[in-house]
Amino acid sequence: MKIWRGEGSAGEHVEYVVPIDAGMVVLDVVHRIQATHAPDLAVRWNCKAGKCGSCSAEVNGAPKLMCMTRMSEFATGEAITVSPVRTFPLIKDLVTDVSFNYEKAKTIPPFKPKPKDPDGKRRMYQEDVDRVQEFHKCIECFLCQDVCHVIRDHEENKPSFSGPRFFVRLAALEMHPLDTNDRLDLIRAKHGLGFCNITKCCTEVCPEDIHITDNAIIPLKERVVTAQYDPIAWALRRIRRTGPALPAPSVPPSKEPPSA
Amino acid sequence: MAEINTATYDVVVVGAGGAGLRAAIEAHGAGAKTAVVCKSLLGKAHTVMAEGGIAAALGNVWQEDNWKVHFRDTMRGGKLLNNWRMAQLHAQEAPDRVLELEEWGALFDRTKDGLILQRDFGGHRYARLAHVGDRTGLEMIRTLQDHLVAQGIDVFMECTVRHLLTDGGRVAGAIAYWRQSGALLLFQAKAVVLATGGVGKAWKVTSNSWEYTGDGMAMALEAGADLIDMEMTQFHPTGMIWPPSVRGLLVTEGVRGDGGTLRNASGERFMFKYIPEFFRAETADNEAEADRWFEDKRNNRRTPDLLPRDEVARAINSEVKAGRGTEHGGVFLDIATRRPADYIKRRLPSMYHQFKELADVDITKEQMEIGPTLHYIMGGIRVDPDTAAATIPGLYAAGEVAAGMHGANRLGGNSLSDLLVFGRRAGEAAAEYVKGASTVRIDDAQVDAFAKRLTEPFERPGDENPYAIHADLQETMHDLVGIIRKKEELEEALAQLERLRSRASRVRVTGTRRYNPGWHLALDLENLIGMAEVVARSALLRTESRGGHTREDFPKADPDWGTKNVVTRKRDGRLALTTEPIPAVPPELRELIGEDKPQEMVATGEPAVIGGKE
Repeated sequence: MKIWRGEGSAGEHVEYVVPIDAGMVVLDVVHRIQATHAPDLAVRWNCKAGKCGSCSAEVNGAPKLMCMTRMSEFATGEAITVSPVRTFPLIKDLVTDVSFNYEKAKTIPPFKPKPKDPDGKRRMYQEDVDRVQEFHKCIECFLCQDVCHVIRDHEENKPSFSGPRFFVRLAALEMHPLDTNDRLDLIRAKHGLGFCNITKCCTEVCPEDIHITDNAIIPLKERVVTAQYDPIAWALRRIRRTGPALPAPSVPPSKEPPSA
Repeated sequence: MAEINTATYDVVVVGAGGAGLRAAIEAHGAGAKTAVVCKSLLGKAHTVMAEGGIAAALGNVWQEDNWKVHFRDTMRGGKLLNNWRMAQLHAQEAPDRVLELEEWGALFDRTKDGLILQRDFGGHRYARLAHVGDRTGLEMIRTLQDHLVAQGIDVFMECTVRHLLTDGGRVAGAIAYWRQSGALLLFQAKAVVLATGGVGKAWKVTSNSWEYTGDGMAMALEAGADLIDMEMTQFHPTGMIWPPSVRGLLVTEGVRGDGGTLRNASGERFMFKYIPEFFRAETADNEAEADRWFEDKRNNRRTPDLLPRDEVARAINSEVKAGRGTEHGGVFLDIATRRPADYIKRRLPSMYHQFKELADVDITKEQMEIGPTLHYIMGGIRVDPDTAAATIPGLYAAGEVAAGMHGANRLGGNSLSDLLVFGRRAGEAAAEYVKGASTVRIDDAQVDAFAKRLTEPFERPGDENPYAIHADLQETMHDLVGIIRKKEELEEALAQLERLRSRASRVRVTGTRRYNPGWHLALDLENLIGMAEVVARSALLRTESRGGHTREDFPKADPDWGTKNVVTRKRDGRLALTTEPIPAVPPELRELIGEDKPQEMVATGEPAVIGGKE
């Protein structure tokens, strides 16, 4: 197995040879290398069961969770190369600086529920929560962020683009049966939904099989467009607004990102 | 004094799982300047791995359910060793804490009437666990995380708190290191809330992640606080056992809650042979009644598949020991023949995924092979039931790191509710405490001594590999302080721990201080070995079998021991163990529990070689 070793941006792939046992995943091999050859090899992990989203890396170029990538997927003798995710700055070995995501999370207006039913209870029906529960499956592995070409190849887009993880989050809030906060202007102007060209790269790498493009991004785009260009919908939202979103659209439609 | 940056807060919360996040939200809300410090990235703490649900007597599925029944189930599940007041507060407040999560955006599975759906779990008389499929912990941690971020609370991620600082016997803050840079950091704070979880990584077969190194308990003990019940460790009956790389990985009790059953190699539903007297009146003694119970709880008794975890884990051990285990030394967990495939996939999606991806097993068609895995420690920091205050001023503890709530055995689902109920109480009490507390002074000599210990592994002579010592520790605890214990083995464990401690002092770390897991583990070893010793010493002292502590040489529950906590203190660098009486349950609550006490022999026998020989 060849593993990226290095501090900061300088480094190289270093080859290690260790025996493997039945059923091992890539993360097991990384741990074995750590225990026997490279005690300071930096790697993030927690649950080792595909539930926490810590051990994201690029295995033979494909963004994966190391804990869910079986060694049996590779042919005997096949070279396996493990690299850190590319979209975020390198810290050391397989560990990258993912603070971009935590900073973006701070900019999302929170959940704001409508009043309870008259008897003090809250009622939601399973068929109404199903689609939002799909978004809540997100384990924040940030593989969708890693693979999204808007930021993977364009550092300059990062300030104005939040990425698929946060479109999923925003869709979850927008489609929550109880939520009353209005984020549509913000989604367009601040989170950069329009940059997305719906190439579905994010959907393909999601280890939780969330249909990011079809179920989150496209419906959000439709909502933004409706709100933006339908004057009656726009006016109604002005009146009903309860949440801390941006003031009236400050960016004229001509300056929309290309594909909104 | 060494050059170290200092961050000053009123309340520092250590740990960002359910208890830590809930405590921070409460402390911040009460006006205290609050920070959360966590070893991993935010949202990755152990809570994220919780599967089955949050126990709370909401009464949405069975109207008969209420806090009194939940209290009774918790006390009986804990073999009456629980702190009654904690069990009472927990049962009373859990429903409000669950509903509060809904106010913050959580989306639980729903009943037909649109309310929060509740599922069956071991030891709970009624379907009681609010859940989201089998990923309840993820929903809970993300809800708390998002709410915390929205409040603007400071979070120090990938920052390991290593020692508590004290000022004349009260807490003054903590010293930590940044994992990314290796730089040290001081927290000056009047109150510290420990929410660091357990110590599962001392065992070889465990459902716990690398974070579970006993940090909170070790720091509290070092600072002068009491630990109790450290011999009470929970082996979850259903961990994966094959292939070897996934051994110990949790299989939710929800599989049995949703209709799954345990079978031995010949297909027998063996749990009917292991119904203890203590639970006989409420447990079905035949398969037909057990199966009817899922639909009709009024006229049938609960299936023995859903006895409390300690009972089920011991039964599995006995079956394997008797030669009725599976090829890989476990037993079968079968839901494939009992529920339709689409139901299984809807109710247990991550179990389906986990077995399919990691073991090539389709749980809608085949049985799962499972065995016990170290999952939880009921023991921990002794706390005041109402305020979660530890026994030194300014120190609070909530969640797995605290003790008392679960007695000798925790019921499934009671952990997530524990985090919320006592996380909130700890945050509230800490914020209240700091209002009246004078400014704390940082003792430079103390800081210098701790700073030296933190960086020592880079400088000292020696050639020991921290990973090898850790692996040997896990073998020791697995072999000698496992599911079934006896005097000679516990004494041998203590001797081995002493050798491991000596080896750990000769660990030399290579590389730089930047994100160096070898260094981190070298520091963790001290806590792991220290807490392993406390577990082994407490287990040696308690000469009875109760809940998560089973002594082959003392196979009965002893009524006298049933009134005592094992208390551990550290004085002048030495451990001192004593027993102290458990607060007596007031008569009106005593009535709720029922008078009979667990006394009969438990199934012991030699510990089986679960998972087969290697």
